[in-house]
Amino acid sequence: MRNDLSKDALKRLYAVMLTIRRFEERVVSLYPEQEMKCPVHLCIGQEAIAAGVCAHLGTEDYIFSTHRSHGHCIAKGMDLKPIAAELYGRSDGCSRGRGGSMHLADPEHGIPGTSAIVGGCIPLAVGAGLSSVMQGHARVSVAFFGDGAADEGTFHESLNFASLKKLPVVFVCEDNYYATNSPRSARQPDIPIAEKGRGYAIPGITVDGNDVLLVHQAAEEAVMRARSGGGPTLLEFTTYRWKAHVGPNSDIDEGCRPAGAHERWLKKCPLEMFQRYLLEHAAVSAEELERISVRVDREIDEAVVFGKNSPYPDASELTEYV
Amino acid sequence: MATMNMVHAINLALKEEMQRDKDVVILGEDVGRDGGVFRVTEGLLEQFGEARVMDTPLAESGIVGTAIGMAVYGLKPVAEIQFMGFIYPAADQIFNHAARIRSRSRGRYSVPMVIRTPYGVGIRSPEHHSESSEAHFCHMPGIKVVVPSSPYYAKGLLISAIRDPDPVIFLESTRLYRMIKEDVPEGEYTVPLGKARIVQEGGQVTVISWGSMLQKTIKAIEGVDAEVIDLMTLNPFDEEAIFNSVKKTGRAVVVYEAPKTGGFGAEISASIAEDAMLYLKGPIKRVTGYDAVLPLPKLEDYYMPSTERIRKAIDEVMQY
Ligand SMILES: Cc1ncc(C[n+]2csc(CCOP(=O)(O)OP(=O)(O)O)c2C)c(N)n1
Ligand SMILES: [Mg+2]
Repeated sequence: MRNDLSKDALKRLYAVMLTIRRFEERVVSLYPEQEMKCPVHLCIGQEAIAAGVCAHLGTEDYIFSTHRSHGHCIAKGMDLKPIAAELYGRSDGCSRGRGGSMHLADPEHGIPGTSAIVGGCIPLAVGAGLSSVMQGHARVSVAFFGDGAADEGTFHESLNFASLKKLPVVFVCEDNYYATNSPRSARQPDIPIAEKGRGYAIPGITVDGNDVLLVHQAAEEAVMRARSGGGPTLLEFTTYRWKAHVGPNSDIDEGCRPAGAHERWLKKCPLEMFQRYLLEHAAVSAEELERISVRVDREIDEAVVFGKNSPYPDASELTEYV
Repeated sequence: MATMNMVHAINLALKEEMQRDKDVVILGEDVGRDGGVFRVTEGLLEQFGEARVMDTPLAESGIVGTAIGMAVYGLKPVAEIQFMGFIYPAADQIFNHAARIRSRSRGRYSVPMVIRTPYGVGIRSPEHHSESSEAHFCHMPGIKVVVPSSPYYAKGLLISAIRDPDPVIFLESTRLYRMIKEDVPEGEYTVPLGKARIVQEGGQVTVISWGSMLQKTIKAIEGVDAEVIDLMTLNPFDEEAIFNSVKKTGRAVVVYEAPKTGGFGAEISASIAEDAMLYLKGPIKRVTGYDAVLPLPKLEDYYMPSTERIRKAIDEVMQY
């Protein structure tokens, strides 16, 4: 494990991961109230990737994301309040309550709007990278997507174009081995997704996506390469989704994924692993972690109250923003 | 005869056609082991095996393009796209190839393929999961577009679609999937493509609808002497049935859930205006969704044509 990160940086990483985890868990507990009337794709188990990658991005950098975007948006610095309000379909939501969980947006944090079209966001990230270059910004553009998106043509087209133009793009594949209930082994020949970069002359690397320090390190190189004109990188982070593809429940009893694998991955909890590291190797005290935990819970409490108290959008808004 | 919902009726149609014709094969995302997002293909993998019920990669353009190639050379693929909003990545294959191979080969090849996809408002999810973009597909010559409104017709129409020599987009309303049950005969019967049906005869106003909106239309006309037409096939659509009715009633209202502008109701209205204008006693009215990207629940309720909106349009036309 690396040990060159400052204690503050480590604590920030931890806080981001914990915020994502607790936010998602709050969705799990509130969803049965049936006030969040939108499908939710939760990223519990995958928090280290969003946190480790976004740690290298500034507010002005761009991220593009998918149906499973809460973690990415939180890690990029988005306030929890407009996210919560959006899940409740309220007018103070980041998409004015029109889009819900799959359509978060926050232009002030470089998030032009996520969408559920698998693979759809990848070329958009390439375009944003091209725009960054053409306008003389040193902004980096990150595409978050799943292993399923690597089935789509847009993935391959995007790698090709980004490589050709040496664009400041980081392709971040969260390989959780499944697209809905379809295992990657049933959809792709058995080679690491990162290796597909080779065909497009893009450096690719497969990294344990549950180890936030490894994620952090791989992303650091990729973002630096992008920012310094070295072109795109394809990062494949192996991980596992704890909940069902969609919704707040576990799918463990549904037989979609082998129960043994599930248990193995639960033991590889990214938060627990990092927590142990912080306590044992980074001189972070249990009290410090507890203070973070209290703060995170309070922020989530406030966000939920904010979301629930926000008014519903008015019918007259229906045809706006078209 | 068994009573069943639309999911089961479509499943039965697929099963019977696969039993009858070994060239009928199913492909799509999660259609095999999982039985599809809405469980429409449930049990078919077990019965017909992996060679005929194929789980594909997550790649719509590839799925449809592959189905076209299969169809050109001897098979009768039925491809499933998980939601209508996900058909757009495959639009290139549908428009540029499926629709044109008959013409390109001057009739020597055709593409006997069906693309089934759930459409419309129904599961309270915005954007892609609630699309009703039938008009795009109707605009492209060479493609048939079919929209059943009940289990019985879903089965009969799907069998016709599978046997049809040309590509058919088969739209299944998510709202209807489990909403209505009705008697559906086992064994073969077909409902012809290109033919509308008169759901209820009437003399004062013709109300034309399809798919998800038919039920609401039937509710909305209570107490009115209305003739209700379920179009069932949008392309090619049954002009004769519409003209005959409008000539009798002198009034027409078209009800559909897609956005108004450029929706298929525009085509129907224009056709009536061209061919039955002199029989009209009032303007043709469209009751539709709004020209908006489909939003989340609260606004979704405003978006969808309600029985009140349908009734209001009928009353306006009647009182004109
Ligand atoms: C173009 C398109 N096809 C199908 C779907 C339906 N769908 C939603 S998420 C999903 C699986 C995505 O898998 P992956 O990319 O691995 O992301 P994960 O859900 O594992 O995070 C599918 C098939 C979609 N949203 N978009
Ligand atoms: Mg996945």
